[in-house]
Amino acid sequence: MDDRSAPAIRAEAIESLLIEKGLIGAADIDAVVERYNDRIGPLNGARVVALAWRDPQFKRELLSDGTAAIARFAFEGGQTEKLVVVENTERVHNVVVCTLCSCYPWSVLGLPPRWYKDPAYRSRIVREPRQVLREFGLELAADVEVRVWDSSAEVRYMVLPQMPTDATAATDDELVARVTRDSMIGVEVLR
Amino acid sequence: MDGIHDLGGKEGFGAIEREIDEPVFHARWERRVFGISLTGAGGAARNADHFRHAIERIAPAAYLTHGYYGRWLGGLEIRIVEAGVLDTAAIDRRALELGASPNDLVAAQPARQPDRVDYRPEAEGNRRRAERVPRFARGERVRTRIHGVPGHTRLPGYARDRVGIVSALHGAWVYPDTNAHGRGENPQHLYTVAFDGRELWGDEAERGVVVHLDLFEPYLEPSHG
Repeated sequence: MDDRSAPAIRAEAIESLLIEKGLIGAADIDAVVERYNDRIGPLNGARVVALAWRDPQFKRELLSDGTAAIARFAFEGGQTEKLVVVENTERVHNVVVCTLCSCYPWSVLGLPPRWYKDPAYRSRIVREPRQVLREFGLELAADVEVRVWDSSAEVRYMVLPQMPTDATAATDDELVARVTRDSMIGVEVLR
Repeated sequence: MDGIHDLGGKEGFGAIEREIDEPVFHARWERRVFGISLTGAGGAARNADHFRHAIERIAPAAYLTHGYYGRWLGGLEIRIVEAGVLDTAAIDRRALELGASPNDLVAAQPARQPDRVDYRPEAEGNRRRAERVPRFARGERVRTRIHGVPGHTRLPGYARDRVGIVSALHGAWVYPDTNAHGRGENPQHLYTVAFDGRELWGDEAERGVVVHLDLFEPYLEPSHG
């Protein structure tokens, strides 16, 4: 073990004691980690977004009941017992946070990036979202309403970004490839 | 509780640091803590509210310096010790054998008289059948309660004693404030409430900002005028 940080050693102490007591199984842990590391990620959400861009009926369903609309994808990963999808438009920009912990729609976006869980983002995005978005490279016009969604219960939020204007002729795979994780959190606008 | 976790609106944390091509996990121990936590925490896992409250009770300095999985580690150790699965002295001993320094910051701060969660969930997930009609309607003005509560709650400090508009009703859900402490699922109606930025932050608020929170009925009272 090359990582000798205090939490690394503490974690190893706990893990080794639990293994000796037969209370955890290495194979179970490996399987869970592999699942979230390899199979559950923002590609899931990108497929949902691309379909919504392509199919107006699906988009209506997605905006009215996100959990029901994504059922057809049979994503693993949980955290979307109630998924609410909020749509970015010319007049409204949505951005998602969890100020109290780090709630995030795992089954569509995977595990969150570090910045989403760090105190700087969690503290600032509810108070000065325009400034934070500016630091992400996003300058919003003064007449665009900024809606911040603080995930304070079990409802999970995902942003439906606007389709890039040059993507109308793209294939499904090309559309999926244009969708970024950050655009579905709401800290990026796709160009 | 007015803990370090309640970060909304706090100042002084500086720039948001992003990482290009970030891996899902940054170290082996992060993988292990995540995996142990998602496979029952060595028999100490109860419910998500209980887990979140354990994280809220870790040492504040560790909360800010050990990162997200460091917080999970602290919450894991608190639950393991409070459930009687391992004791702190045994973990300390093993950590020293593995090269820890006696001065290392330990995140876990287990309670002397911990809560007992001695029931299983009444159904899958967190949504429950509503036993009463909702007290508030969409479009209604509500004021959040002014006081904090000693244990777990999902009303952030920055949104206390503030007036907002109910923008959505979500039916009844397991109430974190009791479920975290083993005092029952106690389902409550859940609402999305929209707060104008100026209501939360006063004159310094950016213009054209609305913050939405998902709030349980006991957090709310009618607001007239």
